[in-house]
Amino acid sequence: MDFNDTPEEAAFRAQARAWLDANAERLQPGERAAGVEMRAEPGGIKRAQEWQAKKADAGWACITWPKDYGGRGATAIQSVIWNQEEARYKTPPNIFGIGQGMLGPTIMVHGGDEQKQRYLRPMLRGEEIWCQLFSEPSAGSDLAGLRTSAVRDGDDWVINGQKIWTTGAQYCKWGMIVCRTDPNAEKHKGITYFIVDMQSPGIDIRPIRQINGMSGFNEVFYTDVRVSDRNRVSGVNEGWRAALTTLMNERHSIGGGGGGGPDFKDLIQLAKDTQLDGHRAFDDHAVRQRLASFYIRSKGLQYTSYRTQTALSRGQTPGPESSIGKLVGAPLRQEMAIFALDLEGAAGAILDRALAPQEAAWQQSFLGSPGLRLAGGTDEILRNIIAERVLGLPPEIRADKGMAFKDVPTGPRNSDK
Amino acid sequence: MNFDFSDDQKLLRKTAREYLTEHAPLSLCRAVLESDAAYSDTLWKGIAQLGWLGTAIPEEYGGAGFGRLELAALAEELGYALAPIPFSSSIYLASEALQLAGSAAQQRQYLPKLASGEWIGTFTHAEQPGAHGAAGVATTFKNGKLNGTKIPVADGEIAQLAVVTATCGSDVGLVAVDLTGTGVHRQSVRSIDPSRSLATLRFDGAPAQLLGDAATGWAVVQKLLDRAAVLMAFEQVGSATRAFEMTREYTLGRYAFGRSIASFQAIKHRLADLYVEIELARSNCYYGAWALGNDAPELGVAACGARASASDAFELASKEMIQLHGGVGYTWEFDCHLFYRRSKWLAAALGSANHWREQLIQRLEA
Repeated sequence: MDFNDTPEEAAFRAQARAWLDANAERLQPGERAAGVEMRAEPGGIKRAQEWQAKKADAGWACITWPKDYGGRGATAIQSVIWNQEEARYKTPPNIFGIGQGMLGPTIMVHGGDEQKQRYLRPMLRGEEIWCQLFSEPSAGSDLAGLRTSAVRDGDDWVINGQKIWTTGAQYCKWGMIVCRTDPNAEKHKGITYFIVDMQSPGIDIRPIRQINGMSGFNEVFYTDVRVSDRNRVSGVNEGWRAALTTLMNERHSIGGGGGGGPDFKDLIQLAKDTQLDGHRAFDDHAVRQRLASFYIRSKGLQYTSYRTQTALSRGQTPGPESSIGKLVGAPLRQEMAIFALDLEGAAGAILDRALAPQEAAWQQSFLGSPGLRLAGGTDEILRNIIAERVLGLPPEIRADKGMAFKDVPTGPRNSDK
Repeated sequence: MNFDFSDDQKLLRKTAREYLTEHAPLSLCRAVLESDAAYSDTLWKGIAQLGWLGTAIPEEYGGAGFGRLELAALAEELGYALAPIPFSSSIYLASEALQLAGSAAQQRQYLPKLASGEWIGTFTHAEQPGAHGAAGVATTFKNGKLNGTKIPVADGEIAQLAVVTATCGSDVGLVAVDLTGTGVHRQSVRSIDPSRSLATLRFDGAPAQLLGDAATGWAVVQKLLDRAAVLMAFEQVGSATRAFEMTREYTLGRYAFGRSIASFQAIKHRLADLYVEIELARSNCYYGAWALGNDAPELGVAACGARASASDAFELASKEMIQLHGGVGYTWEFDCHLFYRRSKWLAAALGSANHWREQLIQRLEA
């Protein structure tokens, strides 16, 4: 038992590091690379695209993709190693993950040859950015309850409806959308998967303001938006299977649970810097108990990811332990933020960066972390997934089974739209 | 990255599982619990014959000379079986204390007996309620004689050798005492888990010897506790896993309101949460095993994480086991209480999860 690379892994790591050394600047200790917020800054997207193109030219973009599509056919463990190495450098964040990690692989499995030829290369190079148009106001955890319709009209399909939680819609060239194409069929059997040009007439993109004041997501409205049948990815009414491919790849990419924001070290520092009735909060017994619990949980997650990496390194499919990352990581982040604000006492309510401890990092985390527990599968859906797929417990009993989609009951909130 | 047991170690675990499935069903644990016996002598002799007791004892002292990872693999399986034997006392504690602090002569004197199972060893520190370090030791060692009272002593009723914390001049040391000799008074104490026995040991000028040349101080006692904590944590994770599996099985087969109760989210989500807690504990245990196996400086921190999370995970598993079994889970006939009792017994044995969390912060600060 050790944490070492195999000789092959070490050679790959050295190769990756050599290229990165020659092409990027190392982060200094304590320095953090820019987060995905950078895409909102002027020139931010362009810088991310330039870095992506540079990687693509050298064969370091989408390394797990097959060589035919511009990747290097790398293994999963090589991908982990590359990500670890790239994270040591001052590089722009990857803002192409939704396309490269989820939509590209869906096209590879379900798309036609023409689609693969046309779309995959520019996606890999970051020249064309993609968004995922899945969730709707009344179809979130129950994605197959989606209502946005696509109706055939000659060689085209005409789309009407609304999508929501669309990351990056305002700067994306393409989107992948799932639409209802047969409301008389059962819920999962009347769905079709398309590629849609985000500059098409009839598309209206409106940013959503989150509780932290930022706008990472959008609502996207469709009014008679035309899509050529050539951009249909799945068979007609056979889109659910393709959607599942996308979602499975999503869980792979979100599973890490990483992300920016303050961490355990910052929390220890805060406890040392904060006074409780004349002594350091860090010396308070109750505080120490909580700190230890947070530490053990976050380390438990880290060591769990080591177990997953070990399975990958041995060429095995990771065991069920790999499914717990986000379910543990997201609530942990929120609990730590709440605890930090409690430690700060009255100052916990200050959001002003200049006045709050640690530049209000914990206040930001407090406002940001609820979203992590919802995005990419809510805590509750993740528990269902673990219960059903890992533990083999019975699936949810469905009230809409065997029913034509148009007859599925909807609550008052859905029908008044 | 190679953060897993080796194929050989996994094979050992599998073999242990097979042996214990046949020779240590839960009915064996129950038989000890319901009788006056302090442990299962048959199982003890059986695993002694297989060489398990000497797993991590050097070959020159009658052991197999494997490492602590092999011991951890066995510990997990003994936990899974709720084995009613003094393995933790004799092996994680007494044998490890001798290897950590004993002179060559002392190791030669005792280790072969522990490796063969001819003798049972134990370790004892507690003298009063609460959590106490060196300051809690009133037992004294002077001129080769031991005086004082230890309570509770795990397996103190059946052990032939005890390693005891005692003051020795101005310092605390580990003292080995032959419990078959003079000046030793033992009295059985009712245990919260009668499948693992407890006793009071009163030493009245009992002949004893200091482990090593001089009193080693609390640091060595702490190191012994750290090492035992990792192994005990594996035992706890093993037991938690069994409790979880049995609970899953039971809820799948129990029908109410026309469906398996395992189809209700109220149950599914609790089982998912329990699974997560056990896996996090297991991962912390792996890290502990790595530190223990390599005698790494990280052992202190790693032991705290493994021990606190494994104690919590087993406690949760045993609580959930009763709750999700419903009324029958509270009956004597069902096995749930075997797990509930064992979880507290094991947690009490080396200090509570709270205690280890406090230790963790002290060590992170150091």
